[in-house]
Amino acid sequence: MSATEHGTMNLKLIVWRQSAPDQAGRFETYEAKNITPHHSFLEMLDVVNEDLIKAGQDPIAFDHDCREGICGMCSAVVNGVPHGGHERTTLCQLHMRKFKDGDAIYIEPWRARAFPILRDLVVDRGALDKLIQAAGYVSCHTGGVPDGNAVLVGKPEADYAMDAAECIGCGACVAACPNGAAMLFAGAKVSQLAELPQGQVEAPQRVAAMVKAMADQGFGNCSNHYECEGACPKGIKVKFIARLNREFTKALFLEKIGAISTVRVASDG
Amino acid sequence: MILDGKAPTGKIQDSWDKHKIDSLKLVNPANKRKYKVLVVGTGLAGASAAASLGELGYQVEAFCYQDSPRRAHSIAAQGGINAAKGYPNDGDSIYRLFYDTIKGGDFRAREADVWRLAQVSNNIIDQCVAQGVPFARDYAGYLDNRSFGGAQVSRTFFARGQTGQQLLLGAYSALSRQIGAGTVKMFARTEMLDLVVVDGEAKGITVRDLVTGEVRSHVGDAVVLATGGYVNVFYLSTNAMGCSVSAIWKAHKKGAYLANPCYTQIHPTCIPQAGDYQSKLTLMSESLRNDGRIWVPKKKEDCNKAPSEIPEDDRDYYLERKYPSFGNLAPRDIASRAAKEQCDEGRGVGPGGRGVYLDFSASIARLGEGTIRERYGNLFEMYERITDENAYKRPMRIYPAPHYSMGGLWVDYNLQSNIPGLFVLGEANFSVHGANRLGASALMQGLADGYFVIPYTIANYLAQTKPGKAKADHPEFKKSIADVTAERDRMLSINGKKTVTEFMREVGVLMWNNVGMARSQQTLNETLKKIPAIREEFWKNVKVTGTGGELNQQLENAGRTADFIDFAELLSQDALHREESCGGHFRVEHQYPDGEAKRDDANFAYSAAWEWKGTGKAPELHKEPLKFDNVHLAVRSYK
Amino acid sequence: MRLLSDSIGRKVVMAITGLLMVLFVVGHMLGNLSIFAGANGLNTYAEKLHGLPAVVWATRVVMLTAVLFHLVISIVITLENNKASPNKYAVDRKLRASFAGRNMIWTGLLLGGFIIFHLFHFTIRSVPGMDILAVQELSGRFDVFSMVAAAFGKVTTAVVYVVAMVMLYLHLSHGIQSTFQSVGLNNPKTMPGFVRFGSVLSVIFLIGYGAIPVAILFGLIGK
Ligand SMILES: Cc1cc2nc3c(=O)[nH]c(=O)nc-3n(C[C@H](O)[C@H](O)[C@H](O)COP(=O)(O)OP(=O)(O)OC[C@H]3O[C@@H](n4cnc5c(N)ncnc54)[C@H](O)[C@@H]3O)c2cc1C
Ligand code: HEM
Ligand code: HEM
Ligand code: SF4
Ligand code: F3S
Ligand code: FES
Repeated sequence: MSATEHGTMNLKLIVWRQSAPDQAGRFETYEAKNITPHHSFLEMLDVVNEDLIKAGQDPIAFDHDCREGICGMCSAVVNGVPHGGHERTTLCQLHMRKFKDGDAIYIEPWRARAFPILRDLVVDRGALDKLIQAAGYVSCHTGGVPDGNAVLVGKPEADYAMDAAECIGCGACVAACPNGAAMLFAGAKVSQLAELPQGQVEAPQRVAAMVKAMADQGFGNCSNHYECEGACPKGIKVKFIARLNREFTKALFLEKIGAISTVRVASDG
Repeated sequence: MILDGKAPTGKIQDSWDKHKIDSLKLVNPANKRKYKVLVVGTGLAGASAAASLGELGYQVEAFCYQDSPRRAHSIAAQGGINAAKGYPNDGDSIYRLFYDTIKGGDFRAREADVWRLAQVSNNIIDQCVAQGVPFARDYAGYLDNRSFGGAQVSRTFFARGQTGQQLLLGAYSALSRQIGAGTVKMFARTEMLDLVVVDGEAKGITVRDLVTGEVRSHVGDAVVLATGGYVNVFYLSTNAMGCSVSAIWKAHKKGAYLANPCYTQIHPTCIPQAGDYQSKLTLMSESLRNDGRIWVPKKKEDCNKAPSEIPEDDRDYYLERKYPSFGNLAPRDIASRAAKEQCDEGRGVGPGGRGVYLDFSASIARLGEGTIRERYGNLFEMYERITDENAYKRPMRIYPAPHYSMGGLWVDYNLQSNIPGLFVLGEANFSVHGANRLGASALMQGLADGYFVIPYTIANYLAQTKPGKAKADHPEFKKSIADVTAERDRMLSINGKKTVTEFMREVGVLMWNNVGMARSQQTLNETLKKIPAIREEFWKNVKVTGTGGELNQQLENAGRTADFIDFAELLSQDALHREESCGGHFRVEHQYPDGEAKRDDANFAYSAAWEWKGTGKAPELHKEPLKFDNVHLAVRSYK
Repeated sequence: MRLLSDSIGRKVVMAITGLLMVLFVVGHMLGNLSIFAGANGLNTYAEKLHGLPAVVWATRVVMLTAVLFHLVISIVITLENNKASPNKYAVDRKLRASFAGRNMIWTGLLLGGFIIFHLFHFTIRSVPGMDILAVQELSGRFDVFSMVAAAFGKVTTAVVYVVAMVMLYLHLSHGIQSTFQSVGLNNPKTMPGFVRFGSVLSVIFLIGYGAIPVAILFGLIGK
C-alpha cells in the first residue's frame, strides 16, 4: 500500500516546551498537517519542526538517533505512556497509522527526579549509565581470558540472559513507574550477568552496588506496579525484578551470616 | 607523493607478533598515568579502545555525541561477527578468513593489516564471552555459528538479531567499569568539531558541549578517532541520524589524508522509501535472501497490480536468471546494482517504482509458515510495523540503501594517520576492507582495532613523546576555539530561507542518483559542477534558529551538513579519478559485457589518499601501492 | 548491605510483615465466623483463646512488631517514592498499575486507624463517647457475642467496620500477590496464579468479615 491509498490527516499536538533545565516549562499547541499513515511519529515531528523553523520559531527538541528501535535514544511520553504504549514499539517505530485524523496528542518528556529535563522532550538519562558504572559489568581484563568454549553455557541459560540483555536503556521503565524506579533496567542487567557463569562470580557484589547506586541516583523503590513492563519497548519482563530481589536477598543473607562480603576493595576496577 | 603503510615484511604468519616485539616500544607502567589519550567515539572501536587504554593506566577522555556511550551506531548491527575459530570443522582458518577478506575487498586492501585482523579475530570472541555477551549457544553449551555474507564456511558468531547491540554493550560495560574506576572520563553529548595540531602532531580536539553550547578544547598526548562511517552523505541510509563525516573531515582539513572515499557499500535488502518525508532507511538482515526469491514484473504495466495477480510466467526472477549458481545470494554490490537496473527499466514496484519483491511464498509452501516465522519472525514483525504489510501473505518490497563506508582516514599499519599522534579506528579509517566489506567483518574490525591493536601501537608513539608536551594556552588551541565559534556564529547569522534538512536532502539525492550504486564520468562531472553551487547557497541561504549557547539540534545538523557538502565533492573526485570498477565502486564505463565490475590492477592497485588544499581547490593525490605476496589477484566471479 | 535501609531489603520486610498480618487475619476471621454458630459458638472460641495466654501474648507481640515495622517503612518508602516521581503526566493513563496498588498507603493508613479503634472497641472495651455492652453470661464467662451483636446493631458502627473491610480488601487485592514478587518467586508462569490467589483470598476476607456486621445489622443473627 502506498501512502496515497490512505488519506492524510491533521493532528493537534500539545507539546511540553521548556527552554532549559532551570526554566519553567509549559504546554504549547501545534498543528501537524498532511501526515500520512506511513510517517513515523518522529517523522511527523520533523514535519512540524520544519514548519516551525520556517516560521522563525524554535523547533521542538527531541532525542533520537537510530530510528530503528535499537539505540534507545528516542524518548517521549505520548498521551500518558512512554513510547505511546504499543507492544514492543519504540517511539521511532511508532507509525501514524495508529492515530486518526483530528486526534489530539499530548507529548511530554520522561518525568522522574533522576532524569532532569534539558530542553523540551530531551532529558538527562546519565543516571542509568551511573548504575552500570557502579557494577553492571564483569570485571574481566582485556586479553588473557579463556577460549569462548572453555566454559560451557547451556542454551536455556544463554537464551534467558539474552532475553534480559535486549534492554536498550531507553529509560521508559523509569518514566512509566509511578515511583520513578529503575528496577526493570537494573533487574535486567543483574539477571543477565547472574545467569551466566562468567558473571555469577561477582553477582553478590554487583547486586549490592547496583541497589545502592539506584538510591544514590534518586530512583524510587519498587511497589510492584508492573507499569514498567507495560511500557518497555523490548518486552523486558518483571520476572527480572523478581530475580533482582532474589539475588539481593541471597547476597544479604550470605553477608549477614558472614559467608561473603559485598564490599569491593577500592583497587578493583 | 608515494605513501608507506609501514607494513612489516617477511613471513605474514608471524608479521604481527614479530612487529610487536621488534618495532613497538612499551611505556612503563609508572609512566602510563602521565599520558592523556583523547578517544573520540564510543562505538565498538572507541569503547573497546578507551576501556583497554584506561585499564592499562593511561588517563583517557572519551567523547560521543549521543547521551550515552551505549548508543553508538554499532548498536544497530544485526547479523553477526566473524572469527576464524573454525569450531564447525568446516575448513576455516586464519588464512581462509584473510583470503576471503582480501578477495571480498576486490584486492584493494593492505595484506598485513588483513592478516592481523584475521589473527586476532579469535581473541575477540573469547573477550566478549568473558564480558557476558550472550552469544547463541547449542544445547551442549557450545558457541553456535551461522554462515553469512556469501562465505563458504560458518564463521559468524551471533546473538539473535542483535549482535552489534550485545557486542557494544559488552564494550560499554568494560568502558563503564573504567569510568567507575576513574581511569576514563566520559563526555557524552559532546561533539568534536576540530582537531588541534601542534608542531605537526595531534595534541587535542575542540568540542562543543551539545547541552550548554560551550565550545572548549581538550588537550592530550594523542588523539584517537573512532567516529564511524559517512554514508549519510547520501542523506537516506541505514546509518543513524547523527552519523556524520565531521570528525574525520575536520581532521582532514587539518592535514590528515582521506583515503578511498569512493568505496561505499550499498546494502541490497532494505525497506524502500515510502515518501519524501522519510528520514532514514531500515535494513532487513541479509539472511532473508536465504529463503526469499527476488523478482519484478516482466511487464511495466503489471507494476501497479497486486503481486498475487501477476502470473508466474510474468515474473522475472532476475538474479536467478543472471547468476544461475549464486542466484538470490549474489554478493551485495551485484544484487544491489541488479535491483537498480530493474527499477531503471521501469519495472520497479511500490511508491516511486523503487522496489523489488522478496517473495517467501515458495519457502512457506515448502517449509510451512511456522518455520519461516521461527527464522525471521522478528524481521517480518519489523517490516509490518514500518510498512503495514504482512510479508507472509504478500511479498516484501526491498530496495538497496547506502550502508557502510570502506573509505576513511588513511592510516599506516599502526593505525596512525599521516599526522603523528592521530590514530583512527573502526569504520572511520580506510582500513582492511578494501573496496568492499564482507558481512560480519566490520564488528570484527572495530573490536580488533580497539582491544588488540591500538593498546600496542599507541604505546609506541607515546613512548617517544614527552607527556604534556602541548599546553592549553598554545595559540593553536585559541585559534581552534575561535574558528569553531566563528563557524557556528556564521551559520546562525545567515537566517536565510532554506532549512538544514532541505540542503542535506538536496546533496543526498544528488549523490545517490549520480554517485550511488553506479557512477559514470558524466554523472560525476555533473555532480562536481552542482556541489559548489549548493555550498554557496548553503552559506547564503540556510536558516538556523536559536543561539549557539544552548541545546540546538538545528545548529548541530547545520555543521554536519556543511561538512557533508564539502566531503561529497571529495568523494566524487575520488570516484572520477578511479577509472576502474571494484567492489563498492562501479563505473559504468568499466564493466564486462555481462555487467561484472572490471578492475584495472595495472593502473589502480593502490589506495588513493587525498590531501586537503582548501575549499574549491583540487585536493592532492598520494598513492599507497598495494603489493600482494600471499594471494594472487583474480577476477571476482559469482556466476 | 542493609535490611532496613536498602530499597530491596525494606521491600522484603514489607512483604514478610504483610504476610504475617495476613496470617493473623485468616485465623481471626475463622475465629470470628464462629459467631454464625450463635452466642455459644463465639463465646466458646473466645474463652478457649484466652485460655491460652502464651499463644495470645506471643501473637500480640509478633503482630505489634510487624505492624510497627510495616507502618514505619511504608511511610518512609512512600515519601521516597513521591520524591522520586514529583511530576505527573498530563494524561493519566496506566497500562498495568491498579487503583488498589496506587493507593496502598491510604488503604493501609485507614486500616491502621481501624485497628487502633478496633482494639479499644473490642479488646480494651472503652471508646470515649461509645457505650460498649460488656456483660457476662449466666455461666460467668464474658459475653463477646452480645458485645459484638450490640455494637453492630448500630448502623454507624456496622458501617465503620464494613468500610474498614473494604480497605482491607483493596489493600490485600494488591498486597498478597505483591509479596510473591517481592520475595522473588514471580515469573510469567507463576504470576497469574499468585494474582488469582491474592484476589480470591482478599474477596474471602471481604465477605467473611463483612458478613458479620451486615448479618447482625439486618437481624439475621444476634436476636
Ligand atoms: C544497520 C546496520 C547493520 C550492520 N550490521 C553489521 C553486521 O551484521 N556485521 C558487521 O560486522 N557489521 C555490521 N554493520 C557495520 C558495523 O555496525 C559498523 O561498521 C561498526 O559498528 C562501526 O563501529 P565504529 O565503532 O567504527 O563506529 P560507530 O559505532 O558508528 O561509533 C561512532 C562513534 O563516534 C561518535 N562520534 C561520531 N562523530 C562524532 C563527533 N564529531 N564528535 C564526537 N563523537 C562522535 C558517535 O557518538 C559514536 O559513539 C552494520 C551497520 C549498520 C548501519
Ligand atoms: C498499619 C497500617 C498499614 C499501612 C500504613 C500499610 C501500608 C502499606 C503500603 C504503603 C504498602 C505498599 C508497600 C510498597 O510500596 O511496596 C503495603 C504493602 C502491603 N501491606 Fe500494608 N499497610 C498497613 C497495614 C497492613 C495490614 C493490616 C496488612 C495485612 C492484613 C497489610 C498487608 C500488606 C501486604 C501483604 C503488602 C504487600 C507487601 C509487598 O508489596 O511485598 N498491610 N502496606
Ligand atoms: C467484622 C470484623 C471483625 C470483628 C467482628 C472482629 C472482632 C474482634 C473481637 C470480638 C475481638 C476481641 C477478641 C477478644 O478479646 O476476646 C477482636 C480482637 C482483635 N481484632 Fe478483630 N474483628 C474484626 C476484624 C478485624 C480485622 C480486619 C483485624 C486486622 C486487620 C482485626 C484485628 C484484631 C486484633 C489485632 C485484635 C486483638 C487480638 C488480641 O486480643 O490480641 N480484627 N476482634
Ligand atoms: S527495561 Fe525496557 S524500558 Fe527499561 S530501559 Fe530497558 S528497554 Fe527501556
Ligand atoms: S513500575 Fe515501578 S513499581 Fe516496580 S514493577 Fe515497575 S518498577
Ligand atoms: S531512535 Fe533509536 S531507538 Fe528510537
